[in-house]
Amino acid sequence: MSRFAVGDRVRVHDLWPPTPPTHVRTPHYVRGHEGVVERICGTFGNPEELAFGRRDAPRETLYRVRFRQADLWPGYDGSAADHIEIEIYEFWLSPAGQ
Amino acid sequence: MSHTHDHEHAPPRPDLDDTMTYYRVMEEAVRSLLIEKGIVTADEVRREVENMDARTPANGAQVVARAWVDPDFREQLVANPKQAIGEIGHDIGPMHLVVLENTPAVHNVVVCTLCSCYPRWLLGRPPDWYKSRAYRSRVVREPRAVLREFGTEIADDREVRVHDSTADMRYLVLPLRPDGTDGLSEAELAALVGRDSMIGVTEVAPPLRA
Repeated sequence: MSRFAVGDRVRVHDLWPPTPPTHVRTPHYVRGHEGVVERICGTFGNPEELAFGRRDAPRETLYRVRFRQADLWPGYDGSAADHIEIEIYEFWLSPAGQ
Repeated sequence: MSHTHDHEHAPPRPDLDDTMTYYRVMEEAVRSLLIEKGIVTADEVRREVENMDARTPANGAQVVARAWVDPDFREQLVANPKQAIGEIGHDIGPMHLVVLENTPAVHNVVVCTLCSCYPRWLLGRPPDWYKSRAYRSRVVREPRAVLREFGTEIADDREVRVHDSTADMRYLVLPLRPDGTDGLSEAELAALVGRDSMIGVTEVAPPLRA
């Protein structure tokens, strides 16, 4: 059961450095930013566990989240309509505003 | 003909086959251990390399051309890419594919900022620039400038949508069918579709007039 639905506004955790240090698939440029769930991709092995050979760790729900470019980059000089979509695991997300 | 030495020779170039880098040493060590332990055979490794090299952007181009001529296939391709592509004879393996339709309102472009994730089952091996730090860091920050360097100008009122392949999904851009292609066969259409248009750094150009 996924925590978020398509269309939900979510916020990416702003963790740096992650404690303990781990193999992270959430790039810096979206951390701390708010976006909208574009789709639910399904559940997958957690790369932060798989990287250390822990293959029996619980699977995690993966989302595609859409961000406005103008929200991510100060002084973004493209169109105000431009977006980025990126895959983020559920445990990196909170409801927007939290 | 004699070779007299009244001039200076350039110093000999270093042998370029000396490529024993750290990662190559590691790859050879791991491979020989896997073979020694009977987990894979040398022939299986060779065959996998052969399979990898046999995948080319022509596979992706065939998918795009079919989507241009067959609206039902197109709909299925977007809804269930693995099944749709399987039905025209391509096994995309364990890959989870997302098909991104370009429209008059949206132009899509794909990057993997963290490494070099790429739909190899459909497009073969990625070009070197796709793996470069310059492309990976710039196309998310200033996509229109990067596209311009590829000769691709996207109108101000058309959205540029960047897709960062950070985890388990792979992406194929379904480019717009160019004007002036009404009479072309599916095979002729496929021949117009280049790798870069399926990554999204170019659009498909109309055929050259004879």
